[in-house]
Amino acid sequence: MHPHQTAPFDWLPFLLVVLVTFEYLAAAWLQRAASAGWSLWRCGFFLLGSILLAIAFWPPLMHWAHGDLVGHMTLHLLIGMLAPLAWVLAAPMTLLLKTLPQTGGKWVVALLHSRCMRVVAHPITALLLNVGGMYVLYLTPLYAASLESPLLHYAVHLHFLLAGYLFCWAILAAPDASVNRLSLRFRLGVLFASIATHSLLGKLMYAEGFPRGTGHGLDEIQAAAQLMYYGGDLAEVLLAVVLLTLWLRRPVGRRERLFFAVD
Amino acid sequence: MSQFVAFRATLVKKRFEELHVKRRVPIFRQTFGFRYVLGSQYGMKNDAHTLQNARRSLWAAVLVGVGVMAALDEIVFHQLLQWHHFFDFSTPAFGILSDGLLHAFELLAVVVGVSLLLDLSQRGWLCVAWAKAGFFLGMGSFQLFDGIINHKILRLHQIRYGVDPLMYDLTWNAFAIGFLLIGFWLLRRARSGSRR
Repeated sequence: MHPHQTAPFDWLPFLLVVLVTFEYLAAAWLQRAASAGWSLWRCGFFLLGSILLAIAFWPPLMHWAHGDLVGHMTLHLLIGMLAPLAWVLAAPMTLLLKTLPQTGGKWVVALLHSRCMRVVAHPITALLLNVGGMYVLYLTPLYAASLESPLLHYAVHLHFLLAGYLFCWAILAAPDASVNRLSLRFRLGVLFASIATHSLLGKLMYAEGFPRGTGHGLDEIQAAAQLMYYGGDLAEVLLAVVLLTLWLRRPVGRRERLFFAVD
Repeated sequence: MSQFVAFRATLVKKRFEELHVKRRVPIFRQTFGFRYVLGSQYGMKNDAHTLQNARRSLWAAVLVGVGVMAALDEIVFHQLLQWHHFFDFSTPAFGILSDGLLHAFELLAVVVGVSLLLDLSQRGWLCVAWAKAGFFLGMGSFQLFDGIINHKILRLHQIRYGVDPLMYDLTWNAFAIGFLLIGFWLLRRARSGSRR
Protein backbone atom coordinates (compact mmCIF):
# COMPACT_ATOMS: atom_id res chain seq x y z
CA MET A 1 0.00 0.00 0.00
CA HIS A 2 1.32 3.39 -0.79
CA PRO A 3 1.79 5.84 2.07
CA HIS A 4 -0.90 8.33 2.85
CA GLN A 5 -0.80 11.56 4.82
CA THR A 6 -3.87 13.26 6.22
CA ALA A 7 -4.52 16.17 3.87
CA PRO A 8 -7.11 18.94 4.49
CA PHE A 9 -8.99 17.64 1.44
CA ASP A 10 -9.65 14.37 3.26
CA TRP A 11 -11.93 16.13 5.72
CA LEU A 12 -14.25 17.30 2.96
CA PRO A 13 -16.69 14.32 2.96
CA PHE A 14 -16.90 14.40 6.76
CA LEU A 15 -17.57 18.16 6.81
CA LEU A 16 -20.17 17.81 4.04
CA VAL A 17 -22.08 15.26 6.11
CA VAL A 18 -22.00 17.59 9.12
CA LEU A 19 -23.18 20.49 6.97
CA VAL A 20 -26.06 18.51 5.43
CA THR A 21 -27.13 17.34 8.89
CA PHE A 22 -27.20 20.89 10.21
CA GLU A 23 -29.27 21.99 7.25
CA TYR A 24 -31.75 19.17 7.76
CA LEU A 25 -32.09 19.94 11.46
CA ALA A 26 -32.45 23.67 10.76
CA ALA A 27 -35.19 23.00 8.20
CA ALA A 28 -36.94 20.65 10.61
CA TRP A 29 -36.70 23.29 13.35
CA LEU A 30 -38.25 25.86 10.99
CA GLN A 31 -41.11 23.47 10.26
CA ARG A 32 -41.67 22.82 13.95
CA ALA A 33 -41.57 26.54 14.71
CA ALA A 34 -44.22 27.11 12.08
CA SER A 35 -47.40 25.21 12.78
CA ALA A 36 -46.61 22.63 10.06
CA GLY A 37 -44.65 20.38 12.42
CA TRP A 38 -42.04 17.74 11.67
CA SER A 39 -41.71 14.36 13.35
CA LEU A 40 -38.87 14.02 15.86
CA TRP A 41 -38.58 10.37 14.77
CA ARG A 42 -37.54 11.57 11.33
CA CYS A 43 -34.95 13.90 12.83
CA GLY A 44 -33.68 10.96 14.85
CA PHE A 45 -33.40 8.75 11.76
CA PHE A 46 -31.52 11.47 9.89
CA LEU A 47 -29.16 11.94 12.81
CA LEU A 48 -28.58 8.17 12.97
CA GLY A 49 -27.73 8.03 9.27
CA SER A 50 -25.45 11.02 9.63
CA ILE A 51 -23.63 9.48 12.58
CA LEU A 52 -23.05 6.28 10.61
CA LEU A 53 -21.76 8.31 7.66
CA ALA A 54 -19.61 10.52 9.86
CA ILE A 55 -17.99 7.42 11.35
CA ALA A 56 -17.40 5.99 7.89
CA PHE A 57 -15.97 9.27 6.54
CA TRP A 58 -13.76 9.97 9.57
CA PRO A 59 -10.39 10.39 7.77
CA PRO A 60 -8.19 8.19 10.01
CA LEU A 61 -10.75 5.39 9.68
CA MET A 62 -10.91 5.88 5.93
CA HIS A 63 -7.13 5.57 5.70
CA TRP A 64 -7.21 2.35 7.67
CA ALA A 65 -9.94 0.98 5.42
CA HIS A 66 -7.94 2.03 2.39
CA GLY A 67 -5.35 -0.63 3.05
CA ASP A 68 -7.57 -3.28 4.60
CA LEU A 69 -10.21 -5.10 2.57
CA VAL A 70 -12.30 -6.08 5.62
CA GLY A 71 -12.27 -2.43 6.71
CA HIS A 72 -13.27 -1.38 3.22
CA MET A 73 -16.21 -3.80 3.32
CA THR A 74 -17.33 -2.44 6.71
CA LEU A 75 -17.29 1.10 5.33
CA HIS A 76 -19.12 -0.08 2.24
CA LEU A 77 -21.81 -1.59 4.45
CA LEU A 78 -22.16 1.63 6.45
CA ILE A 79 -22.07 4.03 3.49
CA GLY A 80 -23.99 2.03 0.92
CA MET A 81 -26.59 0.13 2.93
CA LEU A 82 -27.25 1.20 6.53
CA ALA A 83 -26.87 4.99 6.40
CA PRO A 84 -29.03 5.39 3.25
CA LEU A 85 -31.83 3.38 4.88
CA ALA A 86 -31.84 5.72 7.88
CA TRP A 87 -31.72 8.78 5.64
CA VAL A 88 -34.62 7.58 3.46
CA LEU A 89 -36.70 7.04 6.61
CA ALA A 90 -36.07 10.70 7.49
CA ALA A 91 -37.90 11.85 4.31
CA PRO A 92 -35.42 14.62 3.40
CA MET A 93 -37.07 15.28 0.03
CA THR A 94 -40.44 16.02 1.62
CA LEU A 95 -38.75 18.36 4.07
CA LEU A 96 -36.95 20.09 1.22
CA LEU A 97 -40.21 20.62 -0.67
CA LYS A 98 -41.93 21.94 2.44
CA THR A 99 -39.11 24.35 3.27
CA LEU A 100 -38.24 25.72 -0.16
CA PRO A 101 -40.01 28.86 -1.39
CA GLN A 102 -42.55 28.27 -4.14
CA THR A 103 -40.34 28.80 -7.20
CA GLY A 104 -37.57 26.57 -5.89
CA GLY A 105 -40.13 23.94 -4.96
CA LYS A 106 -41.53 23.98 -8.48
CA TRP A 107 -38.08 23.30 -9.90
CA VAL A 108 -37.57 20.35 -7.61
CA VAL A 109 -41.01 18.93 -8.42
CA ALA A 110 -40.32 19.34 -12.14
CA LEU A 111 -37.02 17.52 -11.70
CA LEU A 112 -38.68 14.69 -9.74
CA HIS A 113 -41.38 14.25 -12.34
CA SER A 114 -39.04 14.34 -15.33
CA ARG A 115 -38.76 11.23 -17.46
CA CYS A 116 -35.07 10.98 -16.68
CA MET A 117 -35.69 10.86 -12.92
CA ARG A 118 -38.46 8.34 -13.41
CA VAL A 119 -36.07 6.00 -15.21
CA VAL A 120 -33.21 6.53 -12.76
CA ALA A 121 -35.41 6.03 -9.69
CA HIS A 122 -37.01 2.84 -11.03
CA PRO A 123 -36.19 -0.09 -8.71
CA ILE A 124 -34.57 -2.08 -11.51
CA THR A 125 -32.27 0.79 -12.53
CA ALA A 126 -31.43 1.34 -8.87
CA LEU A 127 -30.65 -2.38 -8.54
CA LEU A 128 -28.35 -2.27 -11.58
CA LEU A 129 -26.57 0.84 -10.29
CA ASN A 130 -26.22 -0.58 -6.79
CA VAL A 131 -25.34 -4.26 -7.20
CA GLY A 132 -24.13 -3.94 -10.81
CA GLY A 133 -21.73 -1.24 -9.67
CA MET A 134 -20.35 -3.64 -7.06
CA TYR A 135 -19.83 -6.38 -9.65
CA VAL A 136 -17.92 -3.90 -11.81
CA LEU A 137 -15.86 -2.66 -8.87
CA TYR A 138 -14.78 -5.99 -7.43
CA LEU A 139 -14.58 -8.22 -10.49
CA THR A 140 -12.61 -5.80 -12.70
CA PRO A 141 -9.28 -4.02 -12.06
CA LEU A 142 -11.28 -0.94 -11.01
CA TYR A 143 -10.82 -1.69 -7.30
CA ALA A 144 -7.05 -1.93 -7.66
CA ALA A 145 -7.11 1.36 -9.60
CA SER A 146 -9.17 3.04 -6.86
CA LEU A 147 -6.44 2.20 -4.35
CA GLU A 148 -3.95 4.18 -6.42
CA SER A 149 -5.98 7.26 -7.29
CA PRO A 150 -7.56 9.26 -4.42
CA LEU A 151 -10.06 10.89 -6.77
CA LEU A 152 -11.35 7.50 -7.98
CA HIS A 153 -11.44 6.37 -4.36
CA TYR A 154 -13.77 9.23 -3.40
CA ALA A 155 -15.85 8.70 -6.54
CA VAL A 156 -16.38 5.05 -5.58
CA HIS A 157 -17.58 6.00 -2.09
CA LEU A 158 -19.85 8.71 -3.45
CA HIS A 159 -21.30 6.12 -5.82
CA PHE A 160 -21.93 3.75 -2.89
CA LEU A 161 -23.84 6.46 -1.05
CA LEU A 162 -25.91 7.68 -4.00
CA ALA A 163 -26.71 4.23 -5.38
CA GLY A 164 -27.55 2.92 -1.91
CA TYR A 165 -29.84 5.86 -1.24
CA LEU A 166 -31.52 5.48 -4.62
CA PHE A 167 -32.06 1.76 -4.03
CA CYS A 168 -33.57 2.19 -0.56
CA TRP A 169 -35.80 4.98 -1.82
CA ALA A 170 -36.96 3.01 -4.88
CA ILE A 171 -37.72 -0.11 -2.82
CA LEU A 172 -39.46 1.58 0.11
CA ALA A 173 -41.27 4.19 -2.03
CA ALA A 174 -41.94 5.84 1.32
CA PRO A 175 -41.93 8.02 3.40
CA ASP A 176 -40.66 10.27 0.60
CA ALA A 177 -43.30 9.90 -2.09
CA SER A 178 -41.84 7.70 -4.81
CA VAL A 179 -41.52 8.80 -8.42
CA ASN A 180 -42.78 5.46 -9.72
CA ARG A 181 -45.96 3.81 -8.52
CA LEU A 182 -45.28 0.11 -8.24
CA SER A 183 -46.92 -2.73 -6.33
CA LEU A 184 -45.38 -4.16 -3.19
CA ARG A 185 -45.06 -7.52 -4.95
CA PHE A 186 -42.87 -6.01 -7.66
CA ARG A 187 -40.62 -4.23 -5.17
CA LEU A 188 -40.26 -7.40 -3.11
CA GLY A 189 -39.24 -9.17 -6.31
CA VAL A 190 -36.52 -6.59 -6.97
CA LEU A 191 -35.33 -6.92 -3.37
CA PHE A 192 -35.20 -10.68 -3.88
CA ALA A 193 -33.01 -10.21 -6.96
CA SER A 194 -30.81 -7.83 -5.01
CA ILE A 195 -30.23 -10.28 -2.14
CA ALA A 196 -29.57 -13.14 -4.58
CA THR A 197 -27.04 -11.21 -6.69
CA HIS A 198 -25.39 -9.74 -3.61
CA SER A 199 -24.83 -13.12 -1.97
CA LEU A 200 -23.74 -14.56 -5.33
CA LEU A 201 -21.05 -11.86 -5.54
CA GLY A 202 -19.93 -12.67 -1.99
CA LYS A 203 -19.49 -16.35 -2.87
CA LEU A 204 -17.76 -15.56 -6.15
CA MET A 205 -15.25 -13.31 -4.40
CA TYR A 206 -14.67 -16.00 -1.78
CA ALA A 207 -14.25 -18.76 -4.34
CA GLU A 208 -12.20 -16.94 -6.98
CA GLY A 209 -10.22 -14.56 -4.80
CA PHE A 210 -11.58 -11.28 -6.19
CA PRO A 211 -10.65 -8.40 -6.21
CA ARG A 212 -7.36 -9.44 -7.77
CA GLY A 213 -4.12 -7.55 -8.16
CA THR A 214 -4.47 -5.64 -4.89
CA GLY A 215 -1.82 -7.37 -2.79
CA HIS A 216 -4.41 -8.62 -0.30
CA GLY A 217 -3.92 -12.18 0.89
CA LEU A 218 -6.52 -14.86 0.15
CA ASP A 219 -7.44 -15.06 3.85
CA GLU A 220 -8.21 -11.36 3.94
CA ILE A 221 -10.28 -11.54 0.76
CA GLN A 222 -12.25 -14.50 2.13
CA ALA A 223 -12.92 -12.70 5.42
CA ALA A 224 -14.07 -9.64 3.48
CA ALA A 225 -16.31 -11.77 1.24
CA GLN A 226 -17.94 -13.37 4.28
CA LEU A 227 -18.48 -9.97 5.86
CA MET A 228 -20.05 -8.82 2.62
CA TYR A 229 -22.33 -11.87 2.56
CA TYR A 230 -23.57 -11.70 6.14
CA GLY A 231 -23.49 -7.92 6.48
CA GLY A 232 -25.43 -7.59 3.24
CA ASP A 233 -27.98 -10.09 4.59
CA LEU A 234 -28.42 -8.00 7.71
CA ALA A 235 -28.90 -4.75 5.80
CA GLU A 236 -31.28 -6.22 3.26
CA VAL A 237 -33.37 -8.04 5.85
CA LEU A 238 -33.60 -4.72 7.68
CA LEU A 239 -34.82 -3.12 4.46
CA ALA A 240 -37.42 -5.89 4.01
CA VAL A 241 -38.60 -5.50 7.61
CA VAL A 242 -39.02 -1.75 7.14
CA LEU A 243 -40.82 -2.28 3.83
CA LEU A 244 -43.34 -4.72 5.30
CA THR A 245 -43.76 -2.70 8.50
CA LEU A 246 -44.74 0.28 6.37
CA TRP A 247 -47.20 -2.02 4.58
CA LEU A 248 -48.69 -3.22 7.88
CA ARG A 249 -49.23 0.39 8.93
CA ARG A 250 -51.62 0.94 6.04
CA PRO A 251 -55.35 0.46 6.69
CA VAL A 252 -56.46 -3.19 6.71
CA GLY A 253 -58.87 -2.77 3.81
CA ARG A 254 -56.26 -1.45 1.39
CA ARG A 255 -53.44 -3.89 2.08
CA GLU A 256 -54.41 -6.59 -0.35
CA ARG A 257 -54.76 -4.07 -3.17
CA LEU A 258 -51.43 -2.48 -2.33
CA PHE A 259 -49.77 -5.87 -2.39
CA PHE A 260 -50.84 -6.83 -5.88
CA ALA A 261 -51.49 -3.56 -7.66
CA VAL A 262 -50.30 0.03 -7.85
CA ASP A 263 -51.43 2.46 -5.20
CA MET B 1 -85.39 -45.19 -31.95
CA SER B 2 -85.03 -41.43 -31.85
CA GLN B 3 -86.94 -41.41 -28.57
CA PHE B 4 -84.50 -43.86 -27.14
CA VAL B 5 -81.56 -41.69 -28.23
CA ALA B 6 -83.12 -38.61 -26.63
CA PHE B 7 -83.78 -40.52 -23.41
CA ARG B 8 -80.24 -41.78 -23.40
CA ALA B 9 -78.93 -38.24 -23.96
CA THR B 10 -80.85 -36.83 -20.99
CA LEU B 11 -79.59 -39.71 -18.90
CA VAL B 12 -76.00 -38.94 -19.83
CA LYS B 13 -76.50 -35.26 -19.16
CA LYS B 14 -78.07 -35.93 -15.80
CA ARG B 15 -75.29 -38.29 -14.90
CA PHE B 16 -72.70 -35.71 -15.99
CA GLU B 17 -74.33 -32.99 -13.90
CA GLU B 18 -74.46 -35.28 -10.93
CA LEU B 19 -70.81 -36.07 -11.35
CA HIS B 20 -69.95 -32.45 -11.82
CA VAL B 21 -71.75 -31.34 -8.72
CA LYS B 22 -70.49 -34.18 -6.62
CA ARG B 23 -66.93 -34.00 -7.97
CA ARG B 24 -64.74 -33.41 -4.96
CA VAL B 25 -61.61 -31.33 -5.07
CA PRO B 26 -58.72 -33.61 -4.13
CA ILE B 27 -57.69 -33.13 -0.52
CA PHE B 28 -54.17 -32.07 -1.43
CA ARG B 29 -55.38 -29.34 -3.74
CA GLN B 30 -58.04 -28.29 -1.28
CA THR B 31 -55.35 -27.77 1.31
CA PHE B 32 -52.40 -26.45 -0.63
CA GLY B 33 -53.74 -25.27 -4.00
CA PHE B 34 -52.90 -21.63 -4.70
CA ARG B 35 -56.25 -21.16 -6.47
CA TYR B 36 -57.98 -22.07 -3.27
CA VAL B 37 -55.72 -19.95 -1.11
CA LEU B 38 -55.72 -16.70 -3.05
CA GLY B 39 -58.64 -17.10 -5.43
CA SER B 40 -62.17 -16.00 -4.68
CA GLN B 41 -63.69 -18.81 -6.78
CA TYR B 42 -65.07 -20.29 -3.62
CA GLY B 43 -67.19 -17.24 -2.93
CA MET B 44 -67.36 -15.85 0.54
CA LYS B 45 -69.94 -18.07 2.14
CA ASN B 46 -69.18 -18.51 5.82
CA ASP B 47 -67.53 -21.94 5.59
CA ALA B 48 -65.53 -21.14 2.52
CA HIS B 49 -64.38 -17.93 4.15
CA THR B 50 -62.94 -19.62 7.21
CA LEU B 51 -61.41 -22.33 5.06
CA GLN B 52 -59.70 -19.72 2.91
CA ASN B 53 -58.32 -18.05 6.02
CA ALA B 54 -57.16 -21.41 7.29
CA ARG B 55 -55.19 -21.93 4.08
CA ARG B 56 -53.76 -18.44 4.23
CA SER B 57 -52.62 -19.06 7.81
CA LEU B 58 -51.11 -22.38 6.74
CA TRP B 59 -49.11 -20.84 3.89
CA ALA B 60 -47.88 -17.83 5.84
CA ALA B 61 -46.66 -20.21 8.55
CA VAL B 62 -44.99 -22.46 5.95
CA LEU B 63 -42.94 -19.43 4.89
CA VAL B 64 -41.98 -18.73 8.50
CA GLY B 65 -41.06 -22.40 9.02
CA VAL B 66 -38.80 -22.42 5.97
CA GLY B 67 -37.07 -19.24 7.11
CA VAL B 68 -36.66 -20.39 10.71
CA MET B 69 -35.18 -23.73 9.66
CA ALA B 70 -32.76 -21.97 7.32
CA ALA B 71 -31.75 -19.61 10.13
CA LEU B 72 -31.24 -22.54 12.53
CA ASP B 73 -29.11 -24.26 9.90
CA GLU B 74 -27.04 -21.12 9.49
CA ILE B 75 -26.62 -20.46 13.22
CA VAL B 76 -26.13 -24.01 14.51
CA PHE B 77 -24.26 -25.80 11.72
CA HIS B 78 -22.37 -22.93 10.07
CA GLN B 79 -21.54 -20.70 13.03
CA LEU B 80 -21.70 -22.65 16.31
CA LEU B 81 -20.53 -26.13 15.29
CA GLN B 82 -18.67 -24.93 12.18
CA TRP B 83 -19.45 -28.25 10.49
CA HIS B 84 -20.80 -26.73 7.29
CA HIS B 85 -18.36 -24.70 5.24
CA PHE B 86 -19.17 -21.28 3.79
CA PHE B 87 -18.05 -22.56 0.44
CA ASP B 88 -17.06 -26.03 -0.67
CA PHE B 89 -14.64 -25.82 -3.57
CA SER B 90 -16.27 -28.79 -5.31
CA THR B 91 -19.52 -26.90 -5.99
CA PRO B 92 -20.47 -26.55 -9.67
CA ALA B 93 -21.12 -23.01 -10.95
CA PHE B 94 -24.84 -23.68 -11.21
CA GLY B 95 -24.84 -24.57 -7.53
CA ILE B 96 -23.51 -21.13 -6.52
CA LEU B 97 -26.23 -19.39 -8.50
CA SER B 98 -29.05 -21.53 -7.15
CA ASP B 99 -27.65 -21.11 -3.65
CA GLY B 100 -27.87 -17.32 -4.05
CA LEU B 101 -31.50 -17.57 -5.16
CA LEU B 102 -32.38 -19.96 -2.33
CA HIS B 103 -30.64 -17.75 0.20
CA ALA B 104 -32.64 -14.72 -0.94
CA PHE B 105 -35.83 -16.78 -0.72
CA GLU B 106 -35.09 -17.91 2.86
CA LEU B 107 -34.40 -14.40 4.07
CA LEU B 108 -37.51 -12.92 2.52
CA ALA B 109 -39.66 -15.93 3.50
CA VAL B 110 -39.34 -15.30 7.21
CA VAL B 111 -39.98 -11.55 6.93
CA VAL B 112 -42.91 -11.89 4.52
CA GLY B 113 -44.36 -14.86 6.44
CA VAL B 114 -44.33 -13.02 9.77
CA SER B 115 -45.91 -9.96 8.15
CA LEU B 116 -48.67 -12.06 6.58
CA LEU B 117 -49.36 -13.74 9.93
CA LEU B 118 -49.51 -10.31 11.59
CA ASP B 119 -51.85 -9.10 8.86
CA LEU B 120 -54.14 -12.13 9.35
CA SER B 121 -54.16 -11.75 13.11
CA GLN B 122 -54.93 -8.01 12.89
CA ARG B 123 -57.95 -8.89 10.75
CA GLY B 124 -58.97 -11.61 13.20
CA TRP B 125 -58.52 -14.21 10.46
CA LEU B 126 -55.63 -16.18 11.90
CA CYS B 127 -56.29 -19.91 12.40
CA VAL B 128 -53.68 -20.94 14.94
CA ALA B 129 -54.06 -24.71 14.53
CA TRP B 130 -53.43 -24.44 10.79
CA ALA B 131 -50.54 -22.06 11.32
CA LYS B 132 -48.87 -24.55 13.68
CA ALA B 133 -49.21 -27.29 11.08
CA GLY B 134 -47.80 -24.99 8.41
CA PHE B 135 -44.82 -24.08 10.57
CA PHE B 136 -43.79 -27.72 11.02
CA LEU B 137 -44.45 -28.54 7.36
CA GLY B 138 -42.24 -25.62 6.34
CA MET B 139 -39.44 -26.66 8.68
CA GLY B 140 -39.58 -30.29 7.53
CA SER B 141 -39.73 -29.53 3.84
CA PHE B 142 -36.82 -27.12 4.02
CA GLN B 143 -34.73 -29.62 5.98
CA LEU B 144 -35.50 -32.36 3.44
CA PHE B 145 -34.74 -30.02 0.53
CA ASP B 146 -31.47 -28.98 2.16
CA GLY B 147 -30.51 -32.59 2.89
CA ILE B 148 -31.23 -33.94 -0.57
CA ILE B 149 -30.94 -31.14 -3.15
CA ASN B 150 -28.37 -28.85 -1.51
CA HIS B 151 -26.07 -31.39 0.09
CA LYS B 152 -26.29 -34.26 -2.39
CA ILE B 153 -27.35 -32.98 -5.81
CA LEU B 154 -25.91 -29.44 -5.90
CA ARG B 155 -23.11 -30.41 -3.49
CA LEU B 156 -22.98 -26.95 -1.92
CA HIS B 157 -21.38 -28.34 1.20
CA GLN B 158 -21.48 -31.53 3.25
CA ILE B 159 -22.89 -31.80 6.76
CA ARG B 160 -19.48 -32.51 8.27
CA TYR B 161 -16.03 -32.84 6.80
CA GLY B 162 -13.39 -35.43 7.53
CA VAL B 163 -15.90 -38.17 8.36
CA ASP B 164 -18.10 -40.52 6.37
CA PRO B 165 -21.20 -38.36 5.75
CA LEU B 166 -23.63 -41.27 5.24
CA MET B 167 -24.87 -41.53 8.84
CA TYR B 168 -25.09 -37.74 9.09
CA ASP B 169 -27.14 -37.58 5.90
CA LEU B 170 -29.50 -40.31 7.10
CA THR B 171 -30.01 -38.63 10.49
CA TRP B 172 -30.51 -35.26 8.81
CA ASN B 173 -33.21 -36.56 6.49
CA ALA B 174 -34.83 -38.64 9.23
CA PHE B 175 -35.25 -35.46 11.26
CA ALA B 176 -36.74 -33.79 8.18
CA ILE B 177 -39.28 -36.58 7.76
CA GLY B 178 -40.04 -36.40 11.49
CA PHE B 179 -40.87 -32.70 11.21
CA LEU B 180 -43.01 -33.40 8.15
CA LEU B 181 -44.91 -36.15 10.00
CA ILE B 182 -45.58 -33.83 12.94
CA GLY B 183 -46.77 -31.26 10.40
CA PHE B 184 -49.16 -33.68 8.72
CA TRP B 185 -50.48 -34.88 12.09
CA LEU B 186 -51.15 -31.26 13.14
CA LEU B 187 -52.74 -30.66 9.75
CA ARG B 188 -55.12 -33.56 10.25
CA ARG B 189 -56.05 -32.25 13.68
CA ALA B 190 -56.60 -28.77 12.26
CA ARG B 191 -58.80 -30.16 9.48
CA SER B 192 -60.97 -32.21 11.79
CA GLY B 193 -61.13 -29.27 14.22
CA SER B 194 -62.37 -26.91 11.55
CA ARG B 195 -65.03 -29.39 10.39
CA ARG B 196 -66.49 -29.80 13.84
